[in-house]
Amino acid sequence: MQAWILNVISEQRLSAKTKANVVKTLLFIVCLLPLIYLVWGLLTDNLGANPVETLTRSSGLWALRFLLITLLVSPIRWYTGLTAIVKYRRMLGLYAFFYASVHMLLYLGLDQLFDIQDIWKDILKRPFITVGFISFILLLPLVMTSTNKMMKRLGGKRWKRLHRLTYVIATLSCVHFLMLVKADIREPIIYMILLSFLFSIRLFHSLNKKKLVSR
Amino acid sequence: KPFVDVSKSPFSTDEEKTDFESITTYNNFYEFGTSKQDPAINATAFPDSSQPWKVVIDGECDKPGTYDYEDLIKPFTLEERIYRMRCVEGWSMVIPWIGFPLADLLKKAQPNSNAKFVEFTTLYDPKQMPGQRRAVLDWPYVEGLRIDEAMNPLTLLSVGLYGKELLGQNGAPIRLVVPWKYGFKGIKSIVRIRFVEEMPQTAWMKANAREYGFYSNVNPDVDHPRWSQAKERRIGEFLKRKTLMFNGYGEQVADLYAGMDLKRYF
Repeated sequence: MQAWILNVISEQRLSAKTKANVVKTLLFIVCLLPLIYLVWGLLTDNLGANPVETLTRSSGLWALRFLLITLLVSPIRWYTGLTAIVKYRRMLGLYAFFYASVHMLLYLGLDQLFDIQDIWKDILKRPFITVGFISFILLLPLVMTSTNKMMKRLGGKRWKRLHRLTYVIATLSCVHFLMLVKADIREPIIYMILLSFLFSIRLFHSLNKKKLVSR
Repeated sequence: KPFVDVSKSPFSTDEEKTDFESITTYNNFYEFGTSKQDPAINATAFPDSSQPWKVVIDGECDKPGTYDYEDLIKPFTLEERIYRMRCVEGWSMVIPWIGFPLADLLKKAQPNSNAKFVEFTTLYDPKQMPGQRRAVLDWPYVEGLRIDEAMNPLTLLSVGLYGKELLGQNGAPIRLVVPWKYGFKGIKSIVRIRFVEEMPQTAWMKANAREYGFYSNVNPDVDHPRWSQAKERRIGEFLKRKTLMFNGYGEQVADLYAGMDLKRYF
């Protein structure tokens, strides 16, 4: 009897790797919820009078939110000691790209009907489209170098430096948001404040690290 | 209160009407909040029925006056006008308005020869209009038309839609409808109509003169500085359709702008 109980317990005590996999699967599903919510809303006609606008806006907002969440991983690691969470950063970053792609496809398809000439004109002519387009393009090298293999090939230092592009992308995304608003700039300003907070933590952290080194 | 015996109009389009639900839940009416859903939520009790709605008509005219809403509309025959409505943001609707030509009212006030423009003002009452507690725009909302635009038979003062009295979110109790101009020219919940000699400074011109001009005629060839005006999304449709010059009302209004550079006077 006792042996049987011990056996069950040891089976239940999952290895660190399986645990991480369980968390990853859960996280994967959680990150997919905004999309599920939107598709469900679309199918049940619950996205308001202008569903395409709701879809475009929401997917763009979720891309920006995932960028900010991704940038939150390092600060959490530094100040809580939860070093393991860095394992989940790649998925968060890729989700930012995923929602940005949905956002982009809606614009290309439902706004511009995939008319390459119209799209190109729009990108050149309208600054907020230009800014949004650049920030999407800048995501591509990060996605392409997101695999373990590419990480190794680039080397930690260079990889890290390349992935600092996230700062530029997040900034451009906020600017893109600010530029499309007609009069009420409250919402984009909130995102800009959140982003500057994330930047300040990094600055504070790197200054502290330098102090430690020079001591 | 439904309107009965409303006559039809030859100016009506036979395009498919946008559903009542969309017309009354997807609104730009910053006096009640800046999101599209805000007005339907915040304007349910608007206008306060305990305060009689008054409209002042004054300025360069021989018969100025202040009217109770009921007295103001009593002399006029109401008709249904099914008009396209194109928002400057790139979406459009087809709305069955109930109303009467603005010209009928203006003529009664007998404008004098100095009356070159007509200026309209929305109610300013932050108690009833919570959006006015923030300075998103320079309140109260002001709009204007050139006198010949105001006298054009298409220009409508609307008091209802889909046969019913206007709801708060649509600009109750009385609003302007100018179907060949972007929707924001159709000022809502009007309390003052004034004949003036100088071109009025409108709320959106004050907010951003580079982006919102006095004329604001629907024009697929003159883009908004931040987005194209060549296409629009008809509410209820997924793909965009081409925007028509003067929103398809060129036959009635193109003459008003003969010889004018519409890129300059946007």
